[in-house]
Amino acid sequence: MSNNSQIVAPAADPYSSAKPSERAELSVIDESIRTPSIFFLISAIGWLMIGTVLALMAAFKAHEPDFLGAYEFLTFGRVRSAHLNAMALGWGSNIIFAVGLWIMARLCRSPVDHKGILMIAGVFWNIGLTIGVFGILRGDMTSVEWLEIPKYATPLLAVSYALIGVWGVMAFKFRKGDHVYVSQWYILAALFWFPWLYIVAQAMIIWFPARGVVQPLTNWWFAHNVLGLWFTPMALATAYYLIPKVLGRPIYSYYLSVLGFWALAIFYNWAGVHHLIGGPIPAWLISAGIVGSVMMVIPVIVVAINHHMTVVGAHREVWHSPTLRFIVFGALSYTLVSLIGSSMALRSVNEITHFTHFTVGHAHHGVYAFFTMIMFGGVYYMLPRLLKREWPSAGLIRIHFWGCAIGITIMVVALQAGGWIQGLQMNNASIPFLETVQNTIPWLKARSISGLFLTVGHIAFGINVFWMLFAAGAVRAKNGPTLLHKEGGVA
Amino acid sequence: MKSLPLLFCGIFFALAFSFTGLIVSGHIQLGALTPSTETLVPSEDQVDASGQPLMVMAEGETLFPRPAPGIAEIGKQVYIEMGCMYCHSQQVRRQGFGADIDRGWGPRATVARDYVLQDRVLLGTMRTGPDLAHLGGRYAGDAGRDWNHLHLYNPQIVSKGSTMPPFAFLYREQEIVNEPSANALQFPPDSEYAPKSGYEIVPTRRAEALVEYLLSLKIDYSLPEARIPE
Repeated sequence: MSNNSQIVAPAADPYSSAKPSERAELSVIDESIRTPSIFFLISAIGWLMIGTVLALMAAFKAHEPDFLGAYEFLTFGRVRSAHLNAMALGWGSNIIFAVGLWIMARLCRSPVDHKGILMIAGVFWNIGLTIGVFGILRGDMTSVEWLEIPKYATPLLAVSYALIGVWGVMAFKFRKGDHVYVSQWYILAALFWFPWLYIVAQAMIIWFPARGVVQPLTNWWFAHNVLGLWFTPMALATAYYLIPKVLGRPIYSYYLSVLGFWALAIFYNWAGVHHLIGGPIPAWLISAGIVGSVMMVIPVIVVAINHHMTVVGAHREVWHSPTLRFIVFGALSYTLVSLIGSSMALRSVNEITHFTHFTVGHAHHGVYAFFTMIMFGGVYYMLPRLLKREWPSAGLIRIHFWGCAIGITIMVVALQAGGWIQGLQMNNASIPFLETVQNTIPWLKARSISGLFLTVGHIAFGINVFWMLFAAGAVRAKNGPTLLHKEGGVA
Repeated sequence: MKSLPLLFCGIFFALAFSFTGLIVSGHIQLGALTPSTETLVPSEDQVDASGQPLMVMAEGETLFPRPAPGIAEIGKQVYIEMGCMYCHSQQVRRQGFGADIDRGWGPRATVARDYVLQDRVLLGTMRTGPDLAHLGGRYAGDAGRDWNHLHLYNPQIVSKGSTMPPFAFLYREQEIVNEPSANALQFPPDSEYAPKSGYEIVPTRRAEALVEYLLSLKIDYSLPEARIPE
């Protein structure tokens, strides 16, 4: 451990809660945010299940086009868009509200007041989303990527978001103590960036369409930043909070965490234009996007060093703690997916990967193997503290982990191998197009199989959560943390 | 980084930087682009900064891109609500970058001006199916119309092994009264997808509009900045 770690002040020091008085304080904060957090968690799991069913349908349709082909509302274009929005705004954003706001409240040491308004906003967020996803299936979608939700549902989403997001900002404003931990910057920034991106994109594409290719330009500035400035900071904040917390040691370097945050803030938001390489966009805009994408190597390596050096030497604890097993899987995926992403922005690589399943694999690598896995880890830590009871089944946690880990690995490998071949063949005009399509089919079947693994994992997770929520006496009486090993360790 | 205002300023300017650099600048450069004649001619009275005659549009010549016919606009709405763009792009990359032109997906690369009349720009980012920017040039006239209807009704009829879903719900099966309808689909002989005898498959209005939209997608004109090679 470096001396820099000394700089983390006691108030922000993640293991400061070793003191009974601070444990009591955290307990009060947990109590204050319990109802909204659990509401958002249940909503998130509901959307995760809906999104999984839609994903399985879309995946199966990709190689069996006649499957459910007679129903207009289940045609591929609608099902995949409904899947994306259910997962991104239903699972992703709800789990961010559940875990992110809880971490923010804890780090700011400020109990949540007026939680009634937070709950009402949460209910309307989910109503807006339900209207939106039904709207997509009934044919009102916009066909603008990541913004498919029809016009009549988006204002409701925007207003509900504002009422939810402001809670994080208020917690920060009324924080106690002088010191601010890196997770707080990430969460505060993301809570502010997301509405800016969303409002600009809605205005310039849907409500007052800008002329010509300014639309796709805005679209990809928005869509890539949903990943980079909404999901990524929230997952990094969770990892930064929980890795030191569970291991009981401070983060490796304060300076690296500052560098990592500001490098991400400055470079990531330029990167989105790489989705338009080769397109009818002025070359200087594309080049700006490529530079931003490649510069992302800096924050990624910095965060990787910081996380890895914190974990190093504690691999047994990581493996035994459900929280850390998921979070470290996610943190490793972050490094890998980001480096692949930076190289995909190079023109010579992009010429092959653009327009192929490689990009789909990459998207799931980021949103699932990185973001979702870290959020699962966050839930494994949060829920016992909110409910003051333990996870009922270590077996279900294992099934959850292995289902997701194996599933997402198969998916990413299949789509990226298949997509790379698809790209090479598509760029060779002597191979008939139909042949290139048929050569993707085995890889798409592998993706469907990977979806089954993920489904098993999600069901195990869902059962464990609801078992815990509506726990019988045996679960309530359970003592000590649920670990993935019989010997003791950390939760 | 302890103070909220200072932290907030950093967070604000980080995103403001790319918003200005990409979106505002892009809008300034491209937001007022208008259709143009295929070539420009030297102006008689205006000169540029170096004293050379300014290149201007010739009077009386057609402006490109042309507005799409009304039925194509209705068809575009069908294209949007079916999510066609999640498998089909509408952009041609330049010769030497990918094989778009070699595959016959268009006679030249598309440029920003090609899209200025579109209320919703559907560039697309996937080519699970082929690019459609020049579909109407590749499948023209009545033969192209017939092919597209059969292909939409069930892609397997004309493109065996395709992974595109059927859009049979955009068509109606009806009993033939007296004579077959003029717009009934002409199936190849012995097609397993043909209706039983005495019945016919006719497109709904939405299918008609969608096909007219597809046929309207054409890169059959040059622009001053993007000439079709001779």
